[in-house]
Amino acid sequence: MRVLRFILKKEFRLIFRDKTILAMMLVMPTVQLIILPLAMNFDVKNVNVAVVDHDHSTYSQQLINKIGASGYFRIVAATASYGEALQYIETEKADVVLEVPPGFERNLVREGMQKVGVSIDAINGTKAALGGSYLMTVIADFNQNIRINESGNNALQNNSNIGITYSNWYNPLAEYRFYIVPAVMVLMLTLIAGFLTALNIVREKESGTIEQINVTPIKKWQFILGKMIPFWVVGIVLFTLALTVARIVYGIWPVGSFALLYLFAGVYLVAMLGFGLLVSTYTNSQLQAMFVAFFFVMIFVLMSGLFTAVDSMPVWARTIAFFTPLTHFVKVVRMIILKGSGFADVQAEFLYLVIFAVVLNGWAILNYRKTS
Amino acid sequence: MKQLLVFIRKEFFHVFRDRRTLLIMFGLPVVQIVLFGFALTSEVKNITLTVIDNARDVNSTQIIHKIKSSSYFIVNESHINYKDIATTFRNGSAKCALIFPEGFGNDLQHVGNAQVQIITDGSDPNTAKTVVNYITSILAGYQQEISASPGLPYKIIPEQRMLYNEEGNGSLNFIPGVMALVLMIVCTALTSVAVVREKEQGTMEILLVSPFKPLLVLLAKAVPYLVLSLANFTLIVVLAVFVLNVAIKGSILLLFMESMLFIITCLSIGLMISNTTSSQQTALLLSMMGMMLPTIIFTGFMFPLENMPWIFQMISNVIPARWYFLIIKAVMLKGLGLRYIWKETLVLLGMALVALTIALKNFKTRLS
Repeated sequence: MRVLRFILKKEFRLIFRDKTILAMMLVMPTVQLIILPLAMNFDVKNVNVAVVDHDHSTYSQQLINKIGASGYFRIVAATASYGEALQYIETEKADVVLEVPPGFERNLVREGMQKVGVSIDAINGTKAALGGSYLMTVIADFNQNIRINESGNNALQNNSNIGITYSNWYNPLAEYRFYIVPAVMVLMLTLIAGFLTALNIVREKESGTIEQINVTPIKKWQFILGKMIPFWVVGIVLFTLALTVARIVYGIWPVGSFALLYLFAGVYLVAMLGFGLLVSTYTNSQLQAMFVAFFFVMIFVLMSGLFTAVDSMPVWARTIAFFTPLTHFVKVVRMIILKGSGFADVQAEFLYLVIFAVVLNGWAILNYRKTS
Repeated sequence: MKQLLVFIRKEFFHVFRDRRTLLIMFGLPVVQIVLFGFALTSEVKNITLTVIDNARDVNSTQIIHKIKSSSYFIVNESHINYKDIATTFRNGSAKCALIFPEGFGNDLQHVGNAQVQIITDGSDPNTAKTVVNYITSILAGYQQEISASPGLPYKIIPEQRMLYNEEGNGSLNFIPGVMALVLMIVCTALTSVAVVREKEQGTMEILLVSPFKPLLVLLAKAVPYLVLSLANFTLIVVLAVFVLNVAIKGSILLLFMESMLFIITCLSIGLMISNTTSSQQTALLLSMMGMMLPTIIFTGFMFPLENMPWIFQMISNVIPARWYFLIIKAVMLKGLGLRYIWKETLVLLGMALVALTIALKNFKTRLS
């Protein structure tokens, strides 16, 4: 125990001595937590429309005005030809081109039907799908008005109307900050615990100081604990800082129990520290360690449901997500903070995280050889 | 000149000797492109929905059947009450609930106006909003089917055309985004340790007594990484085409040249970091941890830039990946020429020059 105390003293001193590392560990994550959620917003706000009106009739004018007044759309240009309108899409100034053919009004009244062209920039799937469906709604609505107008009675009205009322629980206005803030919190912990431990241990390898430790009577477990405890403490401090920032800046205060949150954070940190240690046993240089850690962190970040729902992914991808500790941790943090879920609701995730912690650390210790 | 070639060759050997780094460098982008190209999609699917049907009549049953046959929902019809909805949200077994009131069908057929209620778990706002959209359009379709007069006059038929993406590939937007992200991080990280490693290992003296100007020393350091990164980029494009079935619509030569410019920009930024830091660890933390999140956020492939406060839109202008993402979308997916992207090209060029200048200014030609 005495030996461990000395090692811990040394490690803590090393962390606090290097101002750059300290800033990276506490200041950068805090600043990112304050700033990033402001930038992360999936809302589709203005769908930009370029219109090509070949008809210049009362009806075509009305349709274009209706689209402009609907609140979803911004009419960015009215051009004389489709080719010109397409240029707006090419330069990303418009998302949709609406083309009203010549004879639109006349055909509508005489033939009883008429096509209009809706061309959507479909590279960005979300915007295309939403913009398209909004536009269809507006056109259908306009169509309804014309029918009443032309036939002069309301008999043609759709006489079976289904009204929809909806409410979003836990987040009435469906604001993204409630979703993003917990995600960034979890991400910060992951980066600190996973990245920094791996780098720290590999640095000892690279600079040869690990050789020096090997000839001292320090035991394996003492060395490992001496590395992990300081980072675990830093992680818990960071988590507390993050909760404070979430409260002050974003007004998000956990609905559920703090004890439960910290229990999960503690276990998750142990799992991620094990991951960092594991990476360090497989690599010989800081560059390698960084690349390997980065590789996994990228997968964790993009596939764990931090920003996109796991349920939407194909089955094989969901399997990968299941074997990612981050997936379970972010789920639980959201549940406890936003919905006040209790231990009974999250016991499965707790079990998974404990298994992760045991497996990752066990594997790392088996792999870690005192003699390189 | 001959000496310089020898010097570059030395640097090459240096890089190629490290097999593991090479493996990581090529293996990572490959795995990531394939993984994200297939897994990431902007669509919301498999939403767990609880149905509480208090009407149990023809209309409500037909609507539930329609919802079940759409690929978006997984319907859970266990008999739960309104009271238990909160429980299903709290333990995560459902994300939303649809409630039919008693007499729903009767209201619909005889009063001409019926109500349904949707309750969503707002802790995932994206899914919550999508649910309302999906159900609204399913109900609208149902209304059309049952409306009394099928052959209505004065019909406007919208003809939808999906430009650049006829198949409706939901991950098309992510592919150029992930390309920009991976290249940016890998290239910056590679060169960010190039000079600082020499400082740490005390081999700077050798560089300083070499007969070359600092600019040439830096170039010699960067050349092997440039070659590697170009090979890497080629591999990524081949994968995008043959594995992810992305058709390259524009000029391959232009795509290659622009990518080379982007790689040079990132390598220059790496050199800048390398010359302004004092340890490999700091350099790597800056180039990877410091860069990863801003790149993911400000490239514009995940979060629409136009939604951000203007200050962030300003910040996004200094992220090279943002400009490269625009370029690659224009050339690869839209098939446009240089005429459309000369501005973005100039921006990248400017960034490369600025970064190189700062790197040179900080390249210590004396031992401290």
